[in-house]
Amino acid sequence: MVVLIGVALVVIGFALRLNPMLVVTVSGIVTALLGGLNPVAILDTFGSGFASNRSVTIYVITLPAIGLLERYGLQQQAARLIGKLRALTTGRLLAAYMLIRQGTSALGLTGMCGPAQTVRPLIAPMALAAAIRRHGELTDRQVERVKAYSASSDTVGLFFGEDIFLAVGSILLITSLVDSTYHLKLDALQIAVWAIPTAICAYIIHGARLLWLDRTLARTTVKPEVAAP
Amino acid sequence: MIDAEWLYWLCGLFFLAGAGFSYRRAQYGGAAFWALLGISFCYSTFVVNKTAPPWPLGIAVIAVAALAGFGALGRTEIATTCQADRITAANTLRSKLFVPALMIPLVALIFGTMIASITVGGKPLLAAGTATLTGLGVGALVATAVGLVLLRPAGGLKLTLPLTEGTRLLQSIGWAVVLPQMLAVLGLVFANSGVGTAVGTIVSAVLPKGSLLLAVIVYCLGMALFTIIMGNAFAAFPVMTAAVGWPVLVQQFHGNPAIVFAVGMLAGFCGTLCTPMAANFNIVPAVLLEMKDRYGPIKAQLPTAGPLLVCNIAIMYLMGF
Repeated sequence: MVVLIGVALVVIGFALRLNPMLVVTVSGIVTALLGGLNPVAILDTFGSGFASNRSVTIYVITLPAIGLLERYGLQQQAARLIGKLRALTTGRLLAAYMLIRQGTSALGLTGMCGPAQTVRPLIAPMALAAAIRRHGELTDRQVERVKAYSASSDTVGLFFGEDIFLAVGSILLITSLVDSTYHLKLDALQIAVWAIPTAICAYIIHGARLLWLDRTLARTTVKPEVAAP
Repeated sequence: MIDAEWLYWLCGLFFLAGAGFSYRRAQYGGAAFWALLGISFCYSTFVVNKTAPPWPLGIAVIAVAALAGFGALGRTEIATTCQADRITAANTLRSKLFVPALMIPLVALIFGTMIASITVGGKPLLAAGTATLTGLGVGALVATAVGLVLLRPAGGLKLTLPLTEGTRLLQSIGWAVVLPQMLAVLGLVFANSGVGTAVGTIVSAVLPKGSLLLAVIVYCLGMALFTIIMGNAFAAFPVMTAAVGWPVLVQQFHGNPAIVFAVGMLAGFCGTLCTPMAANFNIVPAVLLEMKDRYGPIKAQLPTAGPLLVCNIAIMYLMGF
């Protein structure tokens, strides 16, 4: 039972926002000592664990290609295409953006869009402009709400899109961890395929809520008095 | 039979190149970090083949973690094109830019589905569980080559460009590049130290025997809650899998491991949507958008995270067993 102190250290260390690399290493060593491993066995476990889990880090092999494309304007081209959504209502714009975000993440292009790349310069201003065009001047609360939904369309799209791509940290962590620890032979593709049902649910739930934003905005807008002739 | 070792050596050499970039900018902490990481990737081949002892690698791994943990890396800025240049390039290249990027998933998929089943003399061509990984490596190389050919019109293109640009991204990710791997190592340390048995005893005392639905709920909810506390689903995964996922759901109830673990991780992601601990996903966007309420994005995500967690529980329960 004392080995659980090591698990508690991970939880506490992450919750206190200590450096994750230190938290992981220290709690690993503590857990192993409490579990009765001698120092050489601990080093052996770290060494063989690292060797058999290298596939987790294999995604770095895609960085040269992605970096090269970024140099020649991959993000800027994405931004140009997203700019074409300008004519939509706020809710539809965000639902369309979420689809783009989820789709490109599923193809491994997680860095193509993002809060800094697309949401701040494009999506949030476009969503606000669309809201003003439809509902007139917005209250502070409405502005905050549109911004919050803009950020959420990006985050939810990313989380439940990237897991369909094979070479993402979470998939490789699963296959590598269970293969080395529990001696299974899982292929990344088997895991990725089972991310699809959740991805569809995520799009339906969050997409519906994004579309609903148009109604919320209409309901909370104070209609200007019609001026007497 | 082809395994993935060549790919790990390629990664190792890439890290060593990163060490070179840091060294030339007199960032010796960073140079040491990337060099150790690169050598570890190559040395691991001999550990896996059992032709070299694992303990020297253990020392190297702890040194890598210490270099990262005590902030020895520093920041290495690598020059790239400016925004205006990129817009000009994008104007010429347009959607051609997406072609090389799409090569990566396409080739990986072809390997994972078709080439995986090719056998040579009765033995599979690619080692079990490595087909998609091999495809990913080949896809990345194809993408780089296609990129170099397609982008040529955009002006002076050198063969070293992919390496420079790749290292720029690598350096901007920093030590976080090996954090998922370290968490996987932690999972093995947990298993070897008997964490699974310890938690298993508690869980079997608390869980009524034979209640599959309850076990699925405990795993998914546990993933979400641990993620909310730690801010990281990757960190929650080794803990909850050692406790419930493996001993109860897979061993006791004979669940399909691919479904149990894939959906379990996604249940953790539902937790990530709700927690200020995942600052880079939930707080940074609020700051970027100059919002008054830093928790605005989380509030917008909560009503999605709840129902989605229920969906995950249903998917795992209905399809995984």
